[in-house]
Amino acid sequence: MQDKIFIKTYENMPSFDRAEILRYAGCKDSADEQIHALLNDCLNESAGVFSYRVSYRLFDVKRNTGGIALGELQTDSAALARRLAGCEKAAVFAATVGLGIDRFIERNAGVATAKAVLFQAIGAERIERLCDSFCEDLEREYGARGYKVTSRFSPGYGDLPMTLQKTIFTQLDCARKIGLTLTDSLLMTPTKSVTAIVGLQKIDEN
Amino acid sequence: MNAKEFLRNAIVYFDGGTGTLLQASGLPLGELPERWNITHADVIEDVHAAYFNAGSNVVATNTFGANSLKFTETELDEIVRAAITNARNAAKRSTNRGEKFIALDIGPTGKLLKPYGDLDFEDAVECFAKTVRLGVKYGADLILIETMSDSYETKAALLAAKENSDLPVVVSNAYGADGKLMTGASPAAMVAMLEGMGADVIGVNCSLGPKQLLGVVKELLEKSSLPVLVKPNAGLPVSDGENAYYDVTAEEFAECMAEFVRLGARCVGGCCGTTPEYIRKTVEKTQTLSAMPIAKKNITCVSSYTHAVEFSQPILIGERINPTGKKRFKQALIEGDVEYVLAEGIAQQEKGAHVLDVNVGLPDIDEKEQLPLYVERLQAVIDLPLQIDTSDAVAMERAMRRYNGKPLVNSVNGKKESMAAVFPLVKKYGGVVVALTLDENGIPETAEGRVAIARRIIAEAAAYGIAKKDIIVDTLAMTIATDTNAANVTLEALCRVRRELGVHTSLGVSNVSFGLPSREIVNATFFARALENGLSAAIINPNSLEMLKTYYSFLVLGGGDENCGGYIRFASEILPKLTHETLKTVTATQPQTETKDAVMDEITPLKRAIIKGLDGEAERACEEALQRVSALTIVSDEIVPALDEVGRAYEEKRAFLPALLMSAEAAKKAFEKIKTHLLANGGESEKKCKIVLATVQGDIHDIGKNIVKTLLENYGFDVLDLGRDVSPEKVLAAAKETGAPIVGLSALMTTTVPSMEKTIALLRKELPCVKIMVGGAVLNAEYAKKIGADAYGKDGMAAVRYAEEIYEILCKNKQNMQ
Repeated sequence: MQDKIFIKTYENMPSFDRAEILRYAGCKDSADEQIHALLNDCLNESAGVFSYRVSYRLFDVKRNTGGIALGELQTDSAALARRLAGCEKAAVFAATVGLGIDRFIERNAGVATAKAVLFQAIGAERIERLCDSFCEDLEREYGARGYKVTSRFSPGYGDLPMTLQKTIFTQLDCARKIGLTLTDSLLMTPTKSVTAIVGLQKIDEN
Repeated sequence: MNAKEFLRNAIVYFDGGTGTLLQASGLPLGELPERWNITHADVIEDVHAAYFNAGSNVVATNTFGANSLKFTETELDEIVRAAITNARNAAKRSTNRGEKFIALDIGPTGKLLKPYGDLDFEDAVECFAKTVRLGVKYGADLILIETMSDSYETKAALLAAKENSDLPVVVSNAYGADGKLMTGASPAAMVAMLEGMGADVIGVNCSLGPKQLLGVVKELLEKSSLPVLVKPNAGLPVSDGENAYYDVTAEEFAECMAEFVRLGARCVGGCCGTTPEYIRKTVEKTQTLSAMPIAKKNITCVSSYTHAVEFSQPILIGERINPTGKKRFKQALIEGDVEYVLAEGIAQQEKGAHVLDVNVGLPDIDEKEQLPLYVERLQAVIDLPLQIDTSDAVAMERAMRRYNGKPLVNSVNGKKESMAAVFPLVKKYGGVVVALTLDENGIPETAEGRVAIARRIIAEAAAYGIAKKDIIVDTLAMTIATDTNAANVTLEALCRVRRELGVHTSLGVSNVSFGLPSREIVNATFFARALENGLSAAIINPNSLEMLKTYYSFLVLGGGDENCGGYIRFASEILPKLTHETLKTVTATQPQTETKDAVMDEITPLKRAIIKGLDGEAERACEEALQRVSALTIVSDEIVPALDEVGRAYEEKRAFLPALLMSAEAAKKAFEKIKTHLLANGGESEKKCKIVLATVQGDIHDIGKNIVKTLLENYGFDVLDLGRDVSPEKVLAAAKETGAPIVGLSALMTTTVPSMEKTIALLRKELPCVKIMVGGAVLNAEYAKKIGADAYGKDGMAAVRYAEEIYEILCKNKQNMQ
């Protein structure tokens, strides 16, 4: 079970959340007509460019003198330990919406910066929705077996080091399985991507 | 039989998955399987032998990740040697009496190439080359490049294989459920590029089960003139909660594989989740089938990193990326204004161009350096195939090498010297080459003479192994103003070349009207005549309404436009855009009677357009304003106040970032008009001081930097943008060279802040007077100070304010000195 990498691809994703996109783009509570019109253009242009993929593995959570181990991922992060308290299993996942949106951002960066900012925001909203969808799936799958899924925790949060990205990328064979790669400086490309750990906590029946 | 012949003539059985088998034999997770060639040679040999015994003719060495990014050179050498020995020993001891070959297996590096990742194309080539050289040294029979999910990396690997060996090369890509590579290429695009570069077999492996690959396999078979390889997974891994398994059984798998063979696939095997059992069953179900003949497809096509463009109906090549006769474009090239060039490309794509010509030849420009650079920048953001247009063979080679696809190459001609320079490049990198019908004696005046040259060029190309389908003949549109029969000769030659020689054709259509008034009318009619005479590709200005009218109406009349869809789309989408722009020019040239004072009393149309962020209107209003007031007045009295108003609104949180940027772009459009106006009148726009901007080394997120750049330019600063992932040394060199008093650095991630710190330290040491401003998501004022920056910009406007502050001080100092 633990040695298998699972892949999920999503074709029917929830529709765009405009308010969320505008928030990501720096429009705090309102946006005028012009911005809405530009956002419409951006949504139309980018509608087909997303390719939603998730690669994940399930682990028994091992607690040892070095902290916590999920397969070959070993960390003494106290924050992760707190997150996984009471979880006997955990999932490590990597999600990406693909390179298409990066190309849109790049294409507009120098010539239409406002659009680039909106594409950036659309990408951010998409990857969050993808993570939500994936976690909902886990919830459904494991809820039936008496587990609940804890909230997502990523390298770089709290004391969970960014260097764990290397282990996660090997663990999930990200490049091959979902086309997600890591630069030497630990940045993910495509950029609209997330790696995270979620705990599976047995629901106390009492 | 040697491997090359065998691959060409038989149904060839490859092996199946190894990862699963090695894990079953105890390979711990996280350990690099390639090391097992040395530490567990017996296990590896057993796996290979099991495949040979199951009927595999080709076994791939356990070297999927054996590259210099993961191993030292000494260890890499040992691994490849051991891997080939293991496979060789397995072949020797196998009971299979069929043909047995050892393929040096090469998988992807796991890195994405620049510009979206951090691996340089040439570094990727060198990385693969090291493995290839070892494979040759230790006696592999062929090379298997597999599981590649990016066309650019695939090109790097194939280039490395061709440059460092004479072995047959099988190239296999991993396609997703959408039938494309992860970075977007279609099977047809891959066939175009790989065939052009001289692969021996083209195929698909991994990612999906056999059923889901049917569409991809069909497309490969339809387009490829080479044998096709199919190596699917045993479906996808599924979990029943406790156990995980692949969902396609050996029996089902073999059934599908037999279907592929019947469709014409010639090389079959398996990937993840498949075992010797899958191969045995596949052999059983296919051994009575005969190998389908491989037909030459005779498809003339070029490709980009996403798609192939076939010359099955006339195509439009956009001519605008070319400095000839364009002052503003020349200026952009000299200033290194890449954005201007990209915008020209994007505009042509929006008007419906199928291919973009790229010519950056200017006396002041080092084409050898610049052409490949522009090709790289264009192919990063525009998914149209490019036509590499240069007379400099070195520039041509560099650009072709870096091109992500099969390019159009412009051009070769009948001169011996030209053919000797260009054909080897086309042979090596692949491409469709435009052949001009001229030679040492010039351009023949008769159609007969031009056809003869075309014939000679085609024959000479054949000697290099370049097929006729990869040549398009240009019979040269000459100006009718000097010879009224010129068009007739060109068209007669065109018609004969097409009919008698059976090759595709192209013309630089607009040359015909040179020296005449209202050229568009003549061009459009000549274009129609050329199309009727068999023109396959027209090099035109896609902004020309007349040309597009001719093109789309010709297609719809010719019966090739199904349901008149192309024409209707043109009429409903492209036509309104162009008509709108034409109208704009008309209104702009009408004389204006308003006086300057009357305009300034209230909010002017230009000011309004900028504040509202309406770029089209800003452009138009600026053009109108230029009719009556000086450029400088427009800048100081209209654009700057408008920008200030929006900037203040943003700072006071009355306006948001996208609105600020829309205004900035509207202002940019106005500035662009002013620049063109000044250039035409022999002036130059004034700029404040130079500012060098860069996203630091290791960081590839540069939206923040781009925002700052847009705003700084608006405020009149002369920005040199070094892009992203820029080393400290490069920043220093640019600051030194330009003498910029301000450097702006951006870093988005905690992991790249150290690189920012390093850059600052280097600048401090070498250029103590330079002011450094920094920005980025993980920074704040305190952190910025800690790493030695002079200023922290919390947003783009803060950067502008700081730059203005420094500029004022500089101006004052200057005054004091005088």
